[in-house]
Amino acid sequence: MHQSTLAQLSAALESKEISSEELTRLYLERCKKFNDSLNCFITINEDEAIKKAKLADQQRAENKHTALTGIPVAQKDIFCTNGIKTSCGSKMLDNFIAPYDATVVEKMNAAGFIMLGKTNMDEFAMGSSNETSFYGPVKNPWNTDYVPGGSSGGSASAVAARLTPIATGTDTGGSIRQPASLCGITGLKPTYGRVSRYGMIAFASSLDQGGPMALTAEDAALMMNVIAGFDERDSTSAEQQVDDYTKNLNNSIEGLKIGLPKEYFGEGLDSNIAKIVEDGIKELEKLGATCKEIELPNTELSIPAYYVVAPAECSSNLSRFDGVRFGYRCDDPKDLSDLYTRSRGEGFGKEVKRRIMIGAYVLSAGYYDAYYLKAQQIRHLIRDDFQNAFKDVDVIAGPTATGTAFKLNEMIDDPVSMYLSDLYTVSVNLAGLPAISVPAGFDNNLPVGLQLIGNYFEESRLLNIAHQFQQATDHHKAIPEGFE
Amino acid sequence: MEWETVIGLEIHAQLATKSKIFSGAATTYGAEPNTQACAVDLGLPGVLPVINKEVVAKAVKFGLAIEAEIPPKSVFARKNYFYPDLPKGYQISQFELPIVSTGHIDIQLEDGTTKRIGVTRAHLEEDAGKSMHEGFGDYTGIDLNRAGTPLLEIVSEPDMRNAKEAVAYMKKIHSIVRYLEICDGNMQEGSFRCDANVSVRPKGQEEFGTRAELKNINSFRFVEQAINIEVERQIDILEDGGEVIQETRLYDPNKNETRSMRSKEEANDYRYFPDPDLLPVEIENSFIEQIRGQLPELPDAKKQRFIDEFKLSEYDSGVLTAQKEMSDYFETCVKAADGEAKLSSNWITGELAASLNKENKDITESPVSAEMLGGMVKRIKDDTISGKIAKQVFEAMWNGEGNADSIIESKGLKQVTDTGAIEKLVDDVISNSPDQVAQYQAAPDDKKGKLIGYFVGQIMKQSQGKANPKQVNELLRKKLKI
Repeated sequence: MHQSTLAQLSAALESKEISSEELTRLYLERCKKFNDSLNCFITINEDEAIKKAKLADQQRAENKHTALTGIPVAQKDIFCTNGIKTSCGSKMLDNFIAPYDATVVEKMNAAGFIMLGKTNMDEFAMGSSNETSFYGPVKNPWNTDYVPGGSSGGSASAVAARLTPIATGTDTGGSIRQPASLCGITGLKPTYGRVSRYGMIAFASSLDQGGPMALTAEDAALMMNVIAGFDERDSTSAEQQVDDYTKNLNNSIEGLKIGLPKEYFGEGLDSNIAKIVEDGIKELEKLGATCKEIELPNTELSIPAYYVVAPAECSSNLSRFDGVRFGYRCDDPKDLSDLYTRSRGEGFGKEVKRRIMIGAYVLSAGYYDAYYLKAQQIRHLIRDDFQNAFKDVDVIAGPTATGTAFKLNEMIDDPVSMYLSDLYTVSVNLAGLPAISVPAGFDNNLPVGLQLIGNYFEESRLLNIAHQFQQATDHHKAIPEGFE
Repeated sequence: MEWETVIGLEIHAQLATKSKIFSGAATTYGAEPNTQACAVDLGLPGVLPVINKEVVAKAVKFGLAIEAEIPPKSVFARKNYFYPDLPKGYQISQFELPIVSTGHIDIQLEDGTTKRIGVTRAHLEEDAGKSMHEGFGDYTGIDLNRAGTPLLEIVSEPDMRNAKEAVAYMKKIHSIVRYLEICDGNMQEGSFRCDANVSVRPKGQEEFGTRAELKNINSFRFVEQAINIEVERQIDILEDGGEVIQETRLYDPNKNETRSMRSKEEANDYRYFPDPDLLPVEIENSFIEQIRGQLPELPDAKKQRFIDEFKLSEYDSGVLTAQKEMSDYFETCVKAADGEAKLSSNWITGELAASLNKENKDITESPVSAEMLGGMVKRIKDDTISGKIAKQVFEAMWNGEGNADSIIESKGLKQVTDTGAIEKLVDDVISNSPDQVAQYQAAPDDKKGKLIGYFVGQIMKQSQGKANPKQVNELLRKKLKI
């Protein structure tokens, strides 16, 4: 049962083949059993989950349910959950219990999802390996010596290991797509503004976007139907009508025009990865798509621009963690300055502090124009690059990550290399576009993702292509050894 | 050396909205600490600000009232600094693109001339909370009820040249925001407060001197005192050959001195940048026109109308229109007094103002309503009572004894206008005062006026003030000549 997709679980619940309580207990048992080795959960919400599952069964008995009522889910620990710890992977919030649900959580609860727990993540979503978490690194179920990617590493690992049928993630510079690629699952980063950010602890407000991390594109579509939409509590959420994301899944992709950016297949890409991605694109061609090479000339500027904008926003967003009202406070502060300095010094990890320093620097008087303003100009160039490309093609395809998962501790002391590994993902965030990563094969028994980038609010089209790809391939069905 | 003072003011007007600028929490003053602070005001993780549209409308209204340009787009920015009562570690404000661009107001100088003062800009921002240092032992208490209260910061050009001009400017802005009903103007509660940038320079010099910023002054009187004492301080330094340093200073009204808070070197680098949680505020012309349509008659226009319509002096008109409630009171009073404007004006700016002042009451708290005062003025006008008796009537009204007519009736204060009755009083006094009559008749004409006062006084005393003084005078003059 734990190998099932959302659609299958929904059918099983509907036919009473299994109850929500049984299903929830089954996943909870797996979570508890494997969390020691994978460390993908910060909190397992056992009692509450079982209570909710019983309620779901009752709702189903009374015919007061949705198709998804009673299906378990895991929430990334960046989404605030009323009454349940929300740590954001940080010592700073180890004691923080939000008095409200994030909009995403609220919507999923209303749809009947049962929350199994809160997944591990890079501290404040800053990292590409899930090694910056205060709660220790998450392991990749394909090989536990390897990282799962980040920052939504806990969600990716949990879904890949079938500890939960689906999970939420957030993506600021690739934090859904890269771990999806490294763990062999499907991850969708929606258009900026498509999913409410209310209650999602901010890393970089103009880039952050929540989305599904699933076994299949169809499952991702089912979750999108629940979480997408305008939220009056988030001024940056889009007042645009929401699609039924499952409606177009079975459409043919005959005649689809795919753009292949030459900048995504050049230097820096592992040749084995290139081969797997190219094979994946050939599959799409077999389904009737045509390909052409395109240019995204400002791609190389995306990393420097991203590592100015994101730290700048984070330096300000994380100012509220000051030891005054909530979160970590140092022992015996001798005065106000000491309270601030030690609470923040002791409460934040190294990577977070690094980014706050960078951010404060690029916003400071005399440097603002040269860094922050310049980076904003680059954002426009990158957006224009994509818009030019979309005049000729429907979607853009390429690798999600520069390589497969790397070994734990391999890159942790080399932040710049780690930053550079985000090359294919960050420009999508800078432009605010939707993109999906789907499993495309294996290199050395580690998964490789194929990334599809769409134009604004074209999640439906991306899910359609991904679904068609998954109808023709089996990469997404592979289960890591030991987690069958 | 002769010195010239240069002053610019930054006025913070709290916009009178029911809820806060970026959250749904109430803005009522004086609630129990932290009972009016929601998750957004507390800056809890994950929460987001949403602009209160009412705040935008009120700011635009102000902009139109000072004939300012309203830019089509304004942007909220974050001002980053750490302070315990600043929950997010940044204040949402406006930096490069404020909601109101350059405008101006006119102030009346003491010599009667008008001076135009430029308004550089007005921008929206959220207020911070309050730190409470007493009653918590070694700790500081934080009350976040005020956090997120909408403020309009109105920045003037450095156009004022003395403390009186600064006060006149501040009063005028105060009057405008009250007329517009966008701010309650309550200075004790901090709804209207200002920072003053003060510098001095040798008279004739073009370049500005180094300025000090006097923070958080919350009364007209203190603004005047603070500026004067600061100017004195700066001139003393300069005349001693010293240099004024750029710094923020605090005015202490108890000691009447300004004290240094922090120097320029200690000033924060606020690292302003556009708030990515909020979209730019886009204002369409139709919205501006809609707001323009809601603009009330403003103080300057009303003052001119009072001069034209009621034939009041410029001074009286200025006094009556400075406060909207005062002008409303006046107009209601005139109506109740069958159009008697001059007498109404005299009573409001005289007796009523003095009584209010004595009991430290605002016009809105007057125990004598505009209708009541107008009713009394009507009785002066139609000779039912004299001006002197009216003072008794006013006092009785002030003490809650009823309206003018009922007081006149119950106290029997109606003026005696019966010629026969007055004639009898006059005859009695003349026959009882032969010495004074002789004195009067012997006196030269230019002294007679003074001497007649004795007889008038006696008659008024006999009549308990009720005899019509005009009739008494006429009759006396006639009879004494014989």
